[in-house]
Amino acid sequence: MARSSSHSGTRKLETDHDLHPPISDADPMSWLSKLMPKRIRTQGGDKRKVPEGLWGKCEGCGAVLYQPELEANQQVCPKCSFHMPILARERLKQFLDEGTGTEIGAELAPADALKFKDSKKYKDRLVAAQKQTGESDALVALHGRLKGMPIAACAFEFSFMAGSMGSVVGERFTLAAEHALAHGMPLVCFSASGGARMQEGLFSLMQMAKTSAALARLREAGLPFISVMTHPTTGGVSASLAMLGDINVGEPQALIGFAGPRVIEQTVRETLPEGFQRSEFLVEHGAVDLIVDRRQMRDKLADLIAILMRRPRAAAG
Amino acid sequence: MNQNILEFEKPIAELEDKLRELRASSQGQSLDFESEIRKLDGKLREKTVEIFQNLSAWQIAQLARHPLRPYTLDYIGHICEEFHELAGDRAFADDAAIVGGLGRIDGKGVVIIGHQKGRDTRQKIRRNFGMPRPEGYRKALRLMHMAERFRLPVLTLIDTPGAYPGVGAEERGQSEAIARNLLEMSKLRVPVVCTVIGEGGSGGALAIGVGDRVNMLQFSTYSVITPEGCASILWRSAERARDAAEAMGLTAARLIEHGLIDRIIPEPLGGAHRDPKTTAENLKALVLGQIAELEKLDTDVLLTQRYEKLRGMGQYQAA
Repeated sequence: MARSSSHSGTRKLETDHDLHPPISDADPMSWLSKLMPKRIRTQGGDKRKVPEGLWGKCEGCGAVLYQPELEANQQVCPKCSFHMPILARERLKQFLDEGTGTEIGAELAPADALKFKDSKKYKDRLVAAQKQTGESDALVALHGRLKGMPIAACAFEFSFMAGSMGSVVGERFTLAAEHALAHGMPLVCFSASGGARMQEGLFSLMQMAKTSAALARLREAGLPFISVMTHPTTGGVSASLAMLGDINVGEPQALIGFAGPRVIEQTVRETLPEGFQRSEFLVEHGAVDLIVDRRQMRDKLADLIAILMRRPRAAAG
Repeated sequence: MNQNILEFEKPIAELEDKLRELRASSQGQSLDFESEIRKLDGKLREKTVEIFQNLSAWQIAQLARHPLRPYTLDYIGHICEEFHELAGDRAFADDAAIVGGLGRIDGKGVVIIGHQKGRDTRQKIRRNFGMPRPEGYRKALRLMHMAERFRLPVLTLIDTPGAYPGVGAEERGQSEAIARNLLEMSKLRVPVVCTVIGEGGSGGALAIGVGDRVNMLQFSTYSVITPEGCASILWRSAERARDAAEAMGLTAARLIEHGLIDRIIPEPLGGAHRDPKTTAENLKALVLGQIAELEKLDTDVLLTQRYEKLRGMGQYQAA
């Protein structure tokens, strides 16, 4: 089962793939509450005013941090630069030019086509996730501006059922790609996902094909897709849209892989090498182009996109 | 106990044994066993129909991975008058969990690609239980691009528990290999016909499963995760695989209701393993028809239709 975050600065793996035998692009969420830093659950609500909520602990170095300072630092520890989870909406807000950002596919809501029920009904899990996150599903898609350049950008909300990709996630991503295509703008996606959403069965698997097909069109039109993989990006999301960037970016130490370490350990029955499936490992093995610190993300991506779009460089900031 | 007989097949196997004994003892005998044999044969048929009419999703999941179920090379042997296997991804290795090559079906040149499982222990290991590594998917893609260059239709046969979760597979970019196939198959400029013949396991299946037509054999399965995997996550016990199989709706009958697949290929009474030849004939007839139909289309129309097909996948509420 999911362990609590380590204090060593290296993250322990917490995807579903650890839990079961060979192969899945799916994910669980029973372990999600353990995964979620308590901070996120109290953020944005009335509890924010409660003094205790003002202090948090770095999941990397254990330093006690002043919450507003951490927020201003985009949830990156000012002491050790450990990247903690950030809400999808918050990330996009920090990434896009202030005051820009119009939602794509906000009207879509998940359906329970299979009437799926395990220990809980899928419907109930959805309601709980919606209540907890304030999001209707696990992807937020916007179009706005990045240093004046028109852009479509989406981000996975990991706290919504482990950022799992079901029909709404796939559809919103595809709509964002199609918006980019129709308006000749680049697309950026920040992924954080355990994979496909089991409760939607094969519908969720097919989102992998659908999003990839949409990216094929973007590619043929010569419009850039920048994929930013954040902690964690595994399963069906990693094995589709996330790996298809013209440029693949990793956040420092993010876990990125097809199967999770525990499944692999069970399969091969050997201890995995240090740093296995971290961003740095993927750069070394040629799957990720570069690692970008969250605090430099906006500048760096704007620079890359401006060159690909044959535009002059924008000023930093 | 015979490992090749599933629990629910036992009554069938018992009748088959009796029939065999009866036939053997009637050899060279002057006694007339004919009516007895006919009676038993009728009973066997009746019993088989009874069992196969009411299969649960879990039973179908077991049939899909039946130890005697025909595999890709078995079907190729039946449907092709010629097949030339081609190896390697031209970068790292040849992956025996995926086979591919040039073949002829009724004189028609095709590129065939499929997952391959092994029959005995040695072959199972060699084929890695039908679980491909990145080089398998890259070999598949290389062959698909070749098909595109020479304007040959692509026929894929899907039968895998999933892509291999190993250290080397991760190092060599398992995710990227699958993702790239999805993207490339969506725009391949020749007809692509995919058929699930056994287990359609997750992304490892989909990586050779994006096409203009997607068929399933009657007792094959196609799912986002194995029933065991789903059970161990959502029920916290792999023992609940039966429940997971029911909940996920992984059978051909359920999937066609949702419009997720195009056609179901009927299997002979008792399943494909009882009559691989007839199963192969059914498969051949359908895919040849589909290829002929697709080849009539202008390439742009073909690609537009394929995109629309993928584009329409999903169920959600639009407020």
